[in-house]
Amino acid sequence: MSTDAPSERGRLETDEAGEVAEPQRRRSRMRAIAVVLVPLVLFALLLASGLGKDPRALPSQLIGRPAPTFSLPRLDTDGPIALHDLAGQVVVLNFWASWCLPCRQEHDDLELAWDRYRDRGVVVLGVLYEDTPQGAMGFRRELGGDWPIADDPGSKTAIEYGVFGVPETFVIAPDGTIAAKTTGAVTYEWLTDEIEAALRKGNLE
Amino acid sequence: MSGRARSIALIVGAVVVVGLAALLASTRTGRTESLADRAHEIAAGLRCPVCLNLSVADSPSRLAEEMRTEITTRLRAGQSPEQIRAFFIDRYGEWILLEPPRAGLNWVPWAVPIVALVAGIAIWMMVIRRREPGRDQGPAGTDPDLSRDERERIDRELADLQEPG
Repeated sequence: MSTDAPSERGRLETDEAGEVAEPQRRRSRMRAIAVVLVPLVLFALLLASGLGKDPRALPSQLIGRPAPTFSLPRLDTDGPIALHDLAGQVVVLNFWASWCLPCRQEHDDLELAWDRYRDRGVVVLGVLYEDTPQGAMGFRRELGGDWPIADDPGSKTAIEYGVFGVPETFVIAPDGTIAAKTTGAVTYEWLTDEIEAALRKGNLE
Repeated sequence: MSGRARSIALIVGAVVVVGLAALLASTRTGRTESLADRAHEIAAGLRCPVCLNLSVADSPSRLAEEMRTEITTRLRAGQSPEQIRAFFIDRYGEWILLEPPRAGLNWVPWAVPIVALVAGIAIWMMVIRRREPGRDQGPAGTDPDLSRDERERIDRELADLQEPG
């Protein structure tokens, strides 16, 4: 730096009025702290907002689209159950497993909905996920319920429906499109809301 | 042709030849890859829905295993890797890809560091230029910020300096 033209700082330091230099220096120090702190705080906020999210709680890709077809071996009785056999009805497709804790939690809600709507063109269908038929039947004996349940060999249907884990529940409208989906233990309120909406939609057509 | 131009041409030529050879080699091995290799390649690009941070190829979970079976079945049925990837995106969303496609909004995380770097350099250069003496102030002697007293004092002291010499 040449000496014939004093820099701003040089001029401040040689200034005879010392009280002018001090606030200026404090201001530049505060600016330096802000330069470090502001991005740090922004970054922390970004991180905090992301950490609070459930990475699995994504809107389903399939809402409003035709439900993938399937034909699965029933566990509660002999023979297969296919989606096209249930055409014109509202299908509550519930992916579950006997080892899954929230599946126990939602069991009563599913049973209530099944009992309320089974005579009104609504079918609840449990699709087993990563479980053995023995496990499934043990769960049934323990907790009850008499809606159809089916095995899903190779998880083909779970993959078709983009299932991340259990429980996941889909509501299929009478026209065969997927009307709603929820991840985690389903509630009776959610079921009645979505079933009613699907029934209304079916009656309008 | 000067020596320098010749050596540059030589280097460029070598790079082109090696690049073409590499390209040829990669496409040729691509054609002779086994079914398992191709299935693995697709699975390695997919995120396991159960464990989130592992690929379908690396995950020991049963769902990932069944996804690998599904990939192999589809390859055997004659589907292309693009078709199979499209199927999984269709069912799980772009989420299923370990590396999201660089398109649309997905460019943001790629662009932000570059934009920030360029902006940072620009700000840094502006600060340096402002600190550079005499740039915005004109010649030192006509500095408008100097008071009359100060200018007189400088003139006086300069004169003092020159006098003995």
